[in-house]
Amino acid sequence: MRTGRAARTGQYAALLAYLVFLAFPFLWLVSTAFKPARELGSLHPTWIPKDPTLDNFRQAFDEQPLLQAALNSLVAALGAAVVAVLIATPMAYVMARHRTTLSRMATGWVVVSQAFPFVLVIIPLFLVLKNLRLINSMPGLIMVYVVWALPFALWMLVGYVRAVPAELEEAAAVDGAGKLRTLVSVTAPLLAPGIVATALFAFITAWNEFFFALVLLKTPEKQTLPVVLTHFIGAEGVADLGPLAAAAFLATLPSLVVFAVIQKRITGGMLAGAVKS
Amino acid sequence: MTLATATPKRPRPVKRRTSAGDGERRLLDHGAWFLVLPALIPILVLSVGPLLYGIALAFTDAQSGRTEPTRWIGTLNFQDLLHDTLFWDSFRIGLLWAVGVTVPQFLLGLGLALLLNQPLRLRWLARALAIIPWAMPEVVVGIMWRLVYNPDAGILNETIRDLGLGDGRDWLSGLATALPAVMVVGVWAGMPQTTVALLAGLQNTPRELHEAAAMDGAGAWRRFRTVTWPAIRPVALAITALNFIWNFNSFALVYVLTNGGPGGRTRLPMLFAYEEAFRYGQFGYAAAMGCVMVAVISIVLAFHLVGRLRRGGDA
Repeated sequence: MRTGRAARTGQYAALLAYLVFLAFPFLWLVSTAFKPARELGSLHPTWIPKDPTLDNFRQAFDEQPLLQAALNSLVAALGAAVVAVLIATPMAYVMARHRTTLSRMATGWVVVSQAFPFVLVIIPLFLVLKNLRLINSMPGLIMVYVVWALPFALWMLVGYVRAVPAELEEAAAVDGAGKLRTLVSVTAPLLAPGIVATALFAFITAWNEFFFALVLLKTPEKQTLPVVLTHFIGAEGVADLGPLAAAAFLATLPSLVVFAVIQKRITGGMLAGAVKS
Repeated sequence: MTLATATPKRPRPVKRRTSAGDGERRLLDHGAWFLVLPALIPILVLSVGPLLYGIALAFTDAQSGRTEPTRWIGTLNFQDLLHDTLFWDSFRIGLLWAVGVTVPQFLLGLGLALLLNQPLRLRWLARALAIIPWAMPEVVVGIMWRLVYNPDAGILNETIRDLGLGDGRDWLSGLATALPAVMVVGVWAGMPQTTVALLAGLQNTPRELHEAAAMDGAGAWRRFRTVTWPAIRPVALAITALNFIWNFNSFALVYVLTNGGPGGRTRLPMLFAYEEAFRYGQFGYAAAMGCVMVAVISIVLAFHLVGRLRRGGDA
């Protein structure tokens, strides 16, 4: 289609504005993370550190138990991802292949669960976990994360199961393969990429999660990375900018890398879910 | 694309109560229980159960660390809530925030999706960069923007000074500027997701339709109204409703950016309920707040569903 020169120029101007808006806060975070203390104190901050340093990173690790926090986040996110996918895959299979009352109810739950204000769920969960002595513990947090990641995991997985032609399963049955055999040797391999994408997505959601971790984890040595990051900001909102930026930058890297890998698949899964609702 | 395959048009099966052995009527097929139970039990125990328990708590005087047993107090919490001006202030702020973030997210997202659907150079870069806000932990987004808004060492005020527009200000502490400043962050954080969803919707629109409409002499606006919008409407409705709900329920961004200040100007309902429950230990009262929030969200969802039904349910 023909587009006038003026219109093209306008389009590029808009694109440029978008790129600047997207990129500048992140570039500023990176720049701040590598600035020595005296440059941060200067009245005229610059985009590029004149004297880049790793001091902020060292100081960040000294001030807060970042390594322990990263380890806690890793355990919580891995646990949530593995368990969520293990229990969601069979259920998603049933929801995709059998149109029963239960499948419809599960689909309804997936939609409604997006609308819960967490506060209405966290108070009773807090009370229940407290009675089970699971406050301030990883198993307690992982349990919450699994349920929290389930709606979206089911959502994505149902889409992936539907994409596997049922005829393939029928053909295997005709060839004499049992139900379990068909699932393991025909369906599972075709589903594998979708399962991996779902697991990675559950991993990121748990890695980034803040509210449940804030409520359920009490002591610094148990807390996850997002909670520990907020400790860099003092009670009066005063923050040591350099170490704060350094720690925040580090906490983002895993999500960015994982997300870059699966972004396309998530868009697909999200759309499938969103349009169906 | 999944979009097409995920919405199979199936006639809705009619429920029959008579003939036994009808698979459609059954709760679940035989033998499928062991596939479903591992997910079903945690859903019931850790999601549906707590939700109902939470609603029940709203009718009690439950508090943390109290020795007397919890009592039913009927609708007393809701009556108190009715007169709690602080809560209604936060509620108003919550609605203002949700609308003020969702609308720009949608309008800018739609504009960008239309833009990125054009054969432009550098649009790969825009898509690559869109990952940053989308994948970042909300806490980090908040921290990052605190660095941008910092009155002395922040890039925003420095840019304002460089452009000779004055000295800048302390954006997050100003009574008038705090909420708009936080809203900008909300838009920044949610726009890429909206854009990408709408873009995927656009790419499912057949190009030939556009060309045919152009051949018939339809202008850009006509083409948008008659070809583009009908094609992306389901995605647009869904993403807008979800954005509204997510924004209304948001917590981490404000917690990190302003912690509700200055003077409660950015105290979103979630923040208010969190403080009530976990700082002051008022579990019952906070649960009542949660119920009121659910009611609002249900209204939004209801409007959303009505919008869908009016189109004859083909969305």
